[in-house]
Amino acid sequence: MAVKEYPAIWFQGAGCTGCSVSILNSASLKFKDILLDEIVPGKRVDLRFHPTIMAGQGEMVIEVLRDTEEKKKGEYILIIEGDIPTAEGGIYGTVGGETILKRVLELGKDAFLTVAVGDCAAYGGIPAAKPNPCGMKSVGAVFEENGVEATVVNLPGCPPHPDWVVGTLSIALRGLPLDMDEVGRPKLFYGRTIHENCPRRAYFDKGKFAKKLGEEGCLYQLGCKGPYTHSDCPLREWNNGINWVIGAGSPCLGCVEPEFPDSTSPFYKKIIWEDI
Amino acid sequence: MQRIIIDPITRIEGHMAVEVVVDEGGVKEAKSSGNLFRGFEIILKDRDPRDATQITQRICGVCAAIHAYVSALCLDDAFGIEDKIPPNARIIRNLILGSNFLQSHLLHFYHLAIPDYVDLRKAVGEVYPFIPSYEGDYRLSPELNTQIANNYIKALDIRRISHEMLAVFGGKMPHNVGIVVGGVTMVPTVDRINDFKGRLMEISDFIENTMIPDVLSIAKEYRDYFETGEGCRNFLSYGGFLTQEGRFLKAGIVNRERQLSELEQNNINEYVKYSWYADLHSGKRPSEEDTIPEPKKQGGYSFIKSPRYKGEVYEVGPLARFIVNYAAGHREVKKILDPVLEELSLKVEDLPSVMGRHLARCLESKIIADVMASWVEELNPGEPAYFEADIPEEGEGSGLSEAPRGSCGHWVKIEDKKIARYQVVTPTAWNGSPKDDKEQPGPIEQALLGTKIRDESNPFELVRIVRAFDPCLACAIHLIDSEGRDLGEYIIA
Repeated sequence: MAVKEYPAIWFQGAGCTGCSVSILNSASLKFKDILLDEIVPGKRVDLRFHPTIMAGQGEMVIEVLRDTEEKKKGEYILIIEGDIPTAEGGIYGTVGGETILKRVLELGKDAFLTVAVGDCAAYGGIPAAKPNPCGMKSVGAVFEENGVEATVVNLPGCPPHPDWVVGTLSIALRGLPLDMDEVGRPKLFYGRTIHENCPRRAYFDKGKFAKKLGEEGCLYQLGCKGPYTHSDCPLREWNNGINWVIGAGSPCLGCVEPEFPDSTSPFYKKIIWEDI
Repeated sequence: MQRIIIDPITRIEGHMAVEVVVDEGGVKEAKSSGNLFRGFEIILKDRDPRDATQITQRICGVCAAIHAYVSALCLDDAFGIEDKIPPNARIIRNLILGSNFLQSHLLHFYHLAIPDYVDLRKAVGEVYPFIPSYEGDYRLSPELNTQIANNYIKALDIRRISHEMLAVFGGKMPHNVGIVVGGVTMVPTVDRINDFKGRLMEISDFIENTMIPDVLSIAKEYRDYFETGEGCRNFLSYGGFLTQEGRFLKAGIVNRERQLSELEQNNINEYVKYSWYADLHSGKRPSEEDTIPEPKKQGGYSFIKSPRYKGEVYEVGPLARFIVNYAAGHREVKKILDPVLEELSLKVEDLPSVMGRHLARCLESKIIADVMASWVEELNPGEPAYFEADIPEEGEGSGLSEAPRGSCGHWVKIEDKKIARYQVVTPTAWNGSPKDDKEQPGPIEQALLGTKIRDESNPFELVRIVRAFDPCLACAIHLIDSEGRDLGEYIIA
């Protein structure tokens, strides 16, 4: 049986490459399997463009973008990491002599699926934090403002867990429906709050609160944003399941929420519920 | 005379372009430009100072833990608690920093650099993202090519494990939560020490038995790259990894006359004549300057500033650390470097080059893996790893440390318990800087000068020179003018 190839473009906007490094950290599936093998039977992601990994550079890789846009209209998966700078016509970010803004709009209109990977692409994240000097915007926002009609799946997190990215691609390749919440996140990964599944929840219920870092107890008084943060981090854990934020004794920073970081900070101060 | 533009330079962190002018004698003029500005220093203003360890990590997802570390040193200083950090915290911070050195060096050597020397298409087939690529200068025998291509794949796992190792005490990676002002968030336990050690042993084995043999094989086949990309020959190191006896990697500077001298923080100034910033800030110390972008400034070609030491151009990174530490008589550096120099019939002064930079990076990985194995045994299970301190009404601090790519510094000023000013000078600001107010090109630009290009449509030489510096553009924080460029007159490679 012939393997069906799904062309994919991983485009970096104004980000930090942390989302790319997170996908390199993928343990189920491993990155080499994503790169070389069928991620679901008979179907393979054909990763044509990834700035950190691809062998080529310069004009030859810009040609890969052009070629995919023209010859694979409506067939390619567009994965965007990072914000889109919009101030002064997008001058704060360029790739191959063209603004990131223009490239993302061009790529977006003919993609069969657009995945906004990470908090920057999904909601703006840290580069869009006050006073947002470069007019940073999310993928969804620039698509809407410029009349690009596209399905955008948001996979927030700073960075997102690799399983959320690989899982979403697998669902798409299997042709299964993606059940999303009101801010565009798949409910499979972002359906419940950290607080609901937190191993320190019993401390909260008993009113045992850590008073300084390194202590036993619930981290609520030290600024944990777990009560309103939606992700399966406590169940999935990070980096091949070795640990996670609260497991390391740190309060959750709320990095999968659209309000991150302005309303989820100060990170080490108790939640101010009115800000949310 | 011809102009060559390579935009984007890939297999680096971030958005970078290189433009050179070539005549019969080789590269006559070189400009290294980044093309992204995010304004972190502006975003940090007025925030809770403790949040800086988290926010500055987001400067870069490859160097994340280093920014957290340097930021914590900077805040410890501003809070006045540098001498109160418990030994467990100092050690865990070193283990987190060291884990990130290893992941960064593995990523750079195997996944960013090796596709320039090993034809991966021969091993995995004509598939994306291994096509397209420059043609014409792959020299390894089929057997060696296959062997190192297989190690490229294996290194994907080993690099991943180095982030798992980091997360044992850092919680997650990228963007660890373990490092905070005052120490770390986690009290070490015996089982966590074992989680760390098990992974370190696997990584150490790979570095010693695979990575170092691979870099030596490549160095022998591409020997002319010890004579390519020499650069400015001034080297600087802030030193790195705090121990009870001072910094494990020494601080210092070695100038082009090969004199070693002490590093003095007050000799660092940043120049902006060719950078997109208001000129009134040119020549200021990082602790005194503000970041005021002027993206349409006449004559500017980069949003990177030009850090200089006593007004001179300095290279930073693994090679700079090796040159400084070798001159300072660092035992581990001499022990690993001397036999390799002998094997390759080279002297220390031959190292400033493309291949010298790769060699230093791989050999340093072994030194760091070895010393981490002894540090992890110094942890005291169950003992505190955090000192709590209130945010001061006002204060100033600096944090300086070596990062995988070179010297990284943070400077903070606190007023009314908030950040009044924050400045970051990254390794790639040093290495990737544009010309300064005295018209001196930056280290990468100098390394490109004089390079002979065999085939202008496949300028292998240029990308090999640039990548050997392991540039990190998100860290360097700068921008290029997308207007007024007539691409028609250039060779676009």
